[in-house]
Amino acid sequence: MIPLSHYLALGAALFALSMVGIFLNRKNVVILLMSIELLLLAVNINFVAFSHFLQDAAGQVFVFFILTVAAAESAIGLAILIVLFRSRRTINVDELESLKG
Amino acid sequence: MQSLHITAALPEIFLALSACAALLLSAFVAPEKNGAPALWLAVAALLATALLAALGFGGAAGPAFHGMFTDDRPARVMKVAVCVFSAAAFIYGRHYNAALGIFTGEYYVLGMLAVTGMMVMCSAGHLLTLYLGLELMSLCLYAMIAYYRDGALASEAAMKYFVLGALASGMLLYGMSLLYGLTGALELQAVAAALRGGEAGAAHALAVVFIVAAVAFKLGAAPFHMWLPDVYHGAPVSTTAFLAAAPKIAAFALLFRLLAGGLEQLFAMWQQMLLLLALLSVAAGNLIAIAQSNFKRMLAYSAISHMGFLLFGASAGGAAGYAAALFYVLIYALMSLGAFGMVLRLSNGARECERLEDLKGLGARAPWSAFLLLILMLSMSGIPPTAGFFAKLSVIEALVQAGLVWAAVAAVLLAVIGAFYYLRVIKLMYFDSPDHDAGGAAAVPGAAFGVKLLLSFNALIIVAMLPWINALIALCRQVMLHFAGQA
Repeated sequence: MIPLSHYLALGAALFALSMVGIFLNRKNVVILLMSIELLLLAVNINFVAFSHFLQDAAGQVFVFFILTVAAAESAIGLAILIVLFRSRRTINVDELESLKG
Repeated sequence: MQSLHITAALPEIFLALSACAALLLSAFVAPEKNGAPALWLAVAALLATALLAALGFGGAAGPAFHGMFTDDRPARVMKVAVCVFSAAAFIYGRHYNAALGIFTGEYYVLGMLAVTGMMVMCSAGHLLTLYLGLELMSLCLYAMIAYYRDGALASEAAMKYFVLGALASGMLLYGMSLLYGLTGALELQAVAAALRGGEAGAAHALAVVFIVAAVAFKLGAAPFHMWLPDVYHGAPVSTTAFLAAAPKIAAFALLFRLLAGGLEQLFAMWQQMLLLLALLSVAAGNLIAIAQSNFKRMLAYSAISHMGFLLFGASAGGAAGYAAALFYVLIYALMSLGAFGMVLRLSNGARECERLEDLKGLGARAPWSAFLLLILMLSMSGIPPTAGFFAKLSVIEALVQAGLVWAAVAAVLLAVIGAFYYLRVIKLMYFDSPDHDAGGAAAVPGAAFGVKLLLSFNALIIVAMLPWINALIALCRQVMLHFAGQA
């Protein structure tokens, strides 16, 4: 049986990876959206692992809601991305700098 | 505890159904004609919802939906404020939206759903309800900013808000998952009960760090404030006026439900973090605001410093501290709504009143508008006969009572620095003449009589509420005592 700490380590690693993805990525907004998905999946691993080891189904129900919200969130994110591309003709993170001060 | 008690959520259910009705209306009426009916439907529904929440048709205050939802008195106060301020923001934004070509029904559907999310947050009794309310609010707000599709700045602001908001939600969820692992509970009262027994260790601290960081993101407290000036600047002003008032109250509800409700036992842990955030916010907000030349950005940095004051109040703890923070956020939302309402009043579709120079000579061009803005600026800086002064006073009182005299001194000193940029606005309006070559002398656009009346009421109430201000402070204290008794 795989101990709880392994799952938590995996969750933490994925979480850290997606943070790095958000802050170091300077190229493409789509990669930002992928990192956000990964962030939520890292949380889901935590919830499922805890839920299993606590023998409590509530944590897994929470995961269903997170998955649903994540789908809605990426839909909105992609919609904003399309609007952005229409007005800017670019989705380069570095070029999103007209708001400053 | 084990009861459904569905009527407790009556205001939310009513508002969600009204949003559905508005959506049907926008589907059946032509896009160029569905703005006005949807707006009035939204305003009427919001006011009716406020009434439902105030009267408490759900019966006695208490938990509902098996503890997932709480209809208590702090929630009712916050819900009424959220509904009324949102309705006012929609009315202020009407002409601006029409000029931008976004005066359509869907905009108000999104607004009503965002308010539903905020109300769910105010009443959350469970980590899941809190998260769903937060997401319902945030997703609608992202869409409302991006709704002005032709604006390059608006879509950039929406993208920045979306990415950072999603990041904050992820951090909140990570903190919640750790909390779940530590306590085995998701219901806030059960979390509090589980924490009461055991020792707090490093894992608890980690969970608290993630949760506090996420709350600070949503409030827009330094050092998590990066999104706020860009969003206030880039979003259509009608959306900014909406964004700057009610969601602040909802963010306070998030802080209050999670930290004061669920994590009450870890007070010593999160108090230190809130104090640090508060100090950084008041300092960064007030200092950077001085360097701004854009009025909207100046107001954004002022929002950051006001959120610092709110955090000072919350970190004083106890019924007095939470009451001071609640009172502060209510007064701040009122002032911020008025200030962006003035920006909307002074803008028309072609020209936005956004540079500070645009305000030059306003005292001569539009004496009444300038006078209203004068009251708002004096109140924001905390000068005595205004409500803003009493809000700051109650926070400082709570800090001194909690023995945090150094924090009170720092708050006052930094507020004095902040007074500079508010007074500069007054100087520009009354003592400078407009630059004619820069088009600064543009005439103030006309507005409907109702909008003028509401805006005047909004600004004047800040001074006119003076005789009742003690009653309002007492009300905040009373609802928080009630809450402290329940927990």
